[in-house]
Formats: sequence, structure tokens, C-alpha cells
Amino acid sequence: MTATLAEAPASEAAPPVARPVPVGRVLRFELVKQFSAWRVRLLILLCWLGPAVLVFAIDQQSTLPSDTLFGRWMYATGWAGSLVALGFAGTWALPLLTSVVAGDVFASEDRLGTWRHLIIAIRSQRRIFAAKALASLIVILLLVTGLAVSSIVGGLLAKGDKPLIGLDGHTLAPGDAAGKVVLAWVCVLAPTLALVAIGLLGSIALGRSPMGLLLPMLVALGMQLAQMLPLPVALRLALPGYAFISWNGLFTDPRQLKPLLIGIVVSLVWAVVATVLAYLLFLRRDFTNLTNDGAGRRVVSLGVLPLAGLLAVTTGVVAAAGGAGGSGIEQDKVQQSVATAFAHLYRLQEAQMHRPPVTEAQLRAAASCLKTEGHGAQEGAGNDWRCTVTWHVPGVTLTGTSYYQLDVTANGRYIADGDGPQEVNGYFLIATPGGDVPNPLWQFDGNVDLLPTH
Amino acid sequence: MENAVAVRGLGITKTFGDIVALDQVDLNVARGRIHGLVGPNGAGKTTLLGLLLGLAVADSGSLEILGDPVGRTLAAPDGVSGFVDGPGLYPTLTAKQNLAALAGLRPRGARTAGIGEVLEEVGLAMVADDKVRGFSLGMRQRLGLAAALLTRPRLLVLDEPANGLDPSGKKQVHGVLNRLVADGATVILSSHRMDDLEALCSEVTILATGRVVFSGPLNKLSAEDRELDYRLRTSDPEAARKVARETPGVEVIEGSDAVARGDDLLVFRAQVAALDALIARVVRADIAVRELAPVVSPLEAAFLALTEQPAEGQSEPSHRPKHNLQEAGR
Repeated sequence: MTATLAEAPASEAAPPVARPVPVGRVLRFELVKQFSAWRVRLLILLCWLGPAVLVFAIDQQSTLPSDTLFGRWMYATGWAGSLVALGFAGTWALPLLTSVVAGDVFASEDRLGTWRHLIIAIRSQRRIFAAKALASLIVILLLVTGLAVSSIVGGLLAKGDKPLIGLDGHTLAPGDAAGKVVLAWVCVLAPTLALVAIGLLGSIALGRSPMGLLLPMLVALGMQLAQMLPLPVALRLALPGYAFISWNGLFTDPRQLKPLLIGIVVSLVWAVVATVLAYLLFLRRDFTNLTNDGAGRRVVSLGVLPLAGLLAVTTGVVAAAGGAGGSGIEQDKVQQSVATAFAHLYRLQEAQMHRPPVTEAQLRAAASCLKTEGHGAQEGAGNDWRCTVTWHVPGVTLTGTSYYQLDVTANGRYIADGDGPQEVNGYFLIATPGGDVPNPLWQFDGNVDLLPTH
Repeated sequence: MENAVAVRGLGITKTFGDIVALDQVDLNVARGRIHGLVGPNGAGKTTLLGLLLGLAVADSGSLEILGDPVGRTLAAPDGVSGFVDGPGLYPTLTAKQNLAALAGLRPRGARTAGIGEVLEEVGLAMVADDKVRGFSLGMRQRLGLAAALLTRPRLLVLDEPANGLDPSGKKQVHGVLNRLVADGATVILSSHRMDDLEALCSEVTILATGRVVFSGPLNKLSAEDRELDYRLRTSDPEAARKVARETPGVEVIEGSDAVARGDDLLVFRAQVAALDALIARVVRADIAVRELAPVVSPLEAAFLALTEQPAEGQSEPSHRPKHNLQEAGR
């Protein structure tokens, strides 16, 4: 007897259809396709060789990328090179890689007209989705691993395994630096996963449209732009790209773990939600309709609106849990950060000049910082912060004083530029018994924890 | 007992939003035959093929494939293979790699043909290690057919398999399909190439605006009570024209394209009985018949007659032919 489609409940309809192909085999098929594409092969080559060559080449130059975090320390240690590469990767490379790999993994089938072939062969949209998502993830992990390994190897070959100066000026032993560099690369996997998921969503929702391919890149650039704006801290932390920056907190003492962990959790939540939305859109796609190569109006209902809602919810949760209102850049935090970094770097300078060692406790360094010469609110980003640092040298009754001009960005990072006196921080070189060496107090990078510290 | 019907569909309806792609479609395809599916663009052919391949589920109606009812889940029934909207191939892989990747997706223990064997069958063994990127449309079509053959299908569903094929490629594909049918498989073939369908199919289904307007053996389309246009080439065109004018039931068409080109052709319209009478008279008049053929094939003529859109202000014509011809086909 013939079953009637309209009447047959799903549980009763048990036609002897061929069993779906196991995900492992579909994954292998997807990986074969991925690795056969010249652009993926080229990316693998670039990611595994490029950073090593770049870091090694920069180390041979006479000028350093001092505008990049840790760039000014590239002569001092091989570990700085990898962190420079990590900063570049978070800004450009990882969004680009996720665009090319995840942003194209579904759209390529539209371009090639192979969807129906794939559905017939595999017989399960769920398994196709799982295999494609996993294949993208594997390729991205391979590329990120390449970037990390290559940059570390390049740096170590150029400058060796030496101590690294942290963001608050404290010295990390080579072993500690190695661990934290690797951990920093692991941390950026979370926002990378969020971009991969957004790439999958764009690839499904926008089909052949180039917008699908560009979506992770555009989202990443949008988030970077947002990080440059004077947004409330809660909104800043609720963006999945914040973890591309918050790894900085690993290189302070004590470590600024709270923003890092919030950034990672938010990124992972975005990754899960965007993947689920992509999955739902994919399952609702009709593969017999030749004119349909995307999700059309569902993009709004199953793509944009839920993610906007997620942003609102995470902002609210972060604000409620962390008490993160305002810019997070407050006068006392800036003063504390500058004084701490100065004390650490002063000790380094003393060591370079072969003077008797002093401790931070003996130095009792303090900073007094004013924004816009004390006019207006003493908080927020800007290049109009000016700090006066005082310290004490054991056995000397006079209090040392030096000045810094600060350029503080909205994400809490700052560059302190020494304004004298010349023998302390006014010149980029200092005279040591062994000759002139770079002055660690002339310019240094620092980081203000945007969240309340107590 | 083995069911003699490969596909049995009753009252299949499929809509996409406001668009009715298939409207109460009935389809019966006997096993071991090549069944043609014809219709103008947008008639619902791809949707119907998609249902057979498990790419979509009908909104209502019943569908039985190879003796098993099709459920409500998206999944191709076992033993069914083929392609719609062109074969799905990956240009960065070679022909052999494309097939190997596909073979790797077959369940363990499933019937699978050898890659070399199917490439040989479709005439692509020589280019097995070439990237598909460099393949012509015809080669891609043949490779798509090879991919479908890989699963040793009992029902092969093909959408425009002859696209881009040169005469030798076409011959090869026809040979493959005929061998497949001889081995007991069933083929459902959608095409706009009437010559292919006439050469291969024993039965056809004509769809128009989502409805079946004819389904049955091809010879029913050239029913004896229907007039067709024929062209006749003889040793003496003028004498033949005179005989034709004098033959009852034969209408000589003076302004036809062939006549306008200056060819020595006589073009006329007649039913089969009048055609027989005319040929007898021509032969009796000592005029040698060199060529006699319909101007358009019976299938094409039926296609045009049955699928013409109604003129403005007229009622929809497909209702009437649907009823009449379906009856005729049975």
C-alpha cells in the first residue's frame, strides 16, 4: 500500500533510504576539497613561512615597529617577535583567513553548482553542515598554528630565548615568556572561532554574494573600529573581538585576567550562537529551488536580529556582573599603571648601567597624572594625559622627578613618551659602561585595566 | 515479488511560497525503461526530479520509488542516483579524484563500480588524471554520468545529460543508458533535446505549469487522427506538388521556410491516412521518393501544442489536452 505523504507521520515513515554517510567520511571529503584549492595551499605556505621570514627580517632592520605592541622589544628577545605577529594577526590575518576559509566553505558549493550533488551523495544536511564546519575549523587551526609556530621560530632564530619585558615593565624569564606567548595564541582562538562561526553564517546566508565571503573581515574591522571609539566598557567587552586585545593582560603583574576571561567567554558564546543560527538557516534551505542560493529574508530573522540581541544581552550581563560603566580609564588607574611600569623599567635601566640593584619598594615610585591640564573630567582616552613621576633612590635625600606625555587609546593601551630629564627619560639612548643602549624609560607601552580593580 | 513499477507518484503537489511548482502530478515509470520528462522552462521538471532524488519532500500526494514509499525526510532512496541542474564536480580535483571522493562517501559494503570502469564506460579514461577545471561541458556531463554510475543505480535520474555533447559523446552516452536499461535499471531523463528523447525513450511525460499534460508511450503522440507537417523530397518536385494538391486530406504549404530557401522540398500537412495515400499516388506516378520526414518530430509537435501559453483573454488550454492525452496515453 502506498503511504500518503500528507498523512504519514515522521515516525511511521521509515522508508529504506540509504543510511547517511558517517561524518568522518564527509569530513575527509571536505578536507580533500579544501586542500585541493590553490588559495588554501597558498595560505598554509604563507602562514607557516611568512611570520618567520617577517620576524627575522624585521630583526635585521635598523628600526623597529615601536608603534606595535612589543615591537620596541624585538631586539631584546625572540619572544617579542611572536607577540608582534599576534597583534598583526588579530587585526588583519585572522579575519582574512576566516573570510577565505569559513566564509567560502558553503558559498563555494553555490558557485560550483554542487549542492544537489552533495545532498544526493551524503543524504544528510546535518552531516554536511557538521563536516563543513569541522573542515573549516581544522584548516583555520592549521593556519593559526602555522602563524604561532612560525613567528616563534623566526623570533628565536633571530634574537634567541631571552627575557621579555612585560606591559607593566616587569621582566619575564624566558620560560615564563614562552608559556605566556603560547597561551596568548591559544586565547585568540576564541575570537577566531567567533569569526569562523560568523563566516559560516555569512557563507550560508549570502550564498554566491561576495558579501558572504567578506563578512568575517567586515565584522572584524567593524569591531576594531568600535574598539577605537569611546564606548562604555561593558559594550566593548561584549564584542567578540575584544579577546584579540585582552591577551595583553597576560603580560602584566598581576595578570589582568578578568577582561581576558570575559573576552574569551563572550567570543565562545558568539561562536556557539552564530554556529547554531548558521545550522538553522542551512537546514531550512531548499535545494530544489534553482534560484535560491541563500536564505533571503531569513538572514534578518535568523541572522542579524539574534546576533544584535546577543550583543545587547552580553552587554547587559557584563555591565551587571562587572560593574563596568564609563570608559574604564580613570585617573587613579592611569597613575597606578604609569608608576608601576616606571618602577620596573627604572630597575632595568639601573641594571643596564651596572648600578647597585634597587627594589620597587625602595623606589616608592608614584605618578600624578592630569588630563587636559586638569580641566574637565579626569578620565577617558586621549593624548592629553601628562604624568609627573616621582621616586626615591636609597641613600639619596632628593626625590627624583620625571615627566611623561601619554597617548591613551580607548581600549586602555597607552604609550608613555618621556619628557625629561634627559638623563632619565629624555633621550632614546643611555650611556652605559659598555656603550650606548636603548633607554627603556624613554618610551614605553602600558595597559590600563578597564574593569574595576577592586 | 519484484515490483514492475520503478516510480509511482499520485497527486504530488509541491509549492514554494505562492508558486505551485507541481500540481497534482501523477507519474508512473515502468522498470527497465528510459522515461522522458519534457516541459518548458518553469514547468516543474527540476522540482519533480528533485523529489525523486530526495532533495525535497512533496507537500501532499504519495510517491513510491523502487517499491518503497518515500517518507517525509530529505533522503534519496537507496539505489537512486543522478543529477539535476548539471553534474556536481569539483574543478580543483582530477576526474579520478572526483570519483574517488564520491566513492569514499558510499556506505561500507554498498555496491560500487570501479572508478576506472565507469570512466572507461563514458569514454574519459584517457583524461582520468586531468583536472576537471579544463574539461569541456560535454566532458563534464560524461563525468557526471560516470559519478552517477559509480553507485550502480537501479534508478538513474538525469537532467539534460546531453548538454554540450558532440555527436560521438552523444553516441557514447546513449550507449551507456541503453546498456544500463538492458541490465534492468530504469532511467528518467529530462531534456529539451527531442531527438535524444525520441531516440532513447519508450515513454514520456510532458509537464506544463506544474501539471502533467501527457504521459504515455511516444507512439501515442503521433496519433493517426492528428495532422502533422511533413517534408517530401522527390525526383520531380513539380509533379509531386501537383499530385499532392489532388490528394484528398493533403494541404500543401506554400510559404514554408524550406520552400522559401529554394530547396526542392514539398511541405504539406496531413493525417497518417492521407499521407499514405499521397505516397502511393506519387509512386504510381513514377516519381522517386528520396526523403520523407515530419518537419517537427511528433514529440516536438505535441510539446508545442500542449505547452503553448494561452493567449490573453483565452481560457487555459492545458486543462483540456491534459485530460484527453492522459487518457490517450493509457
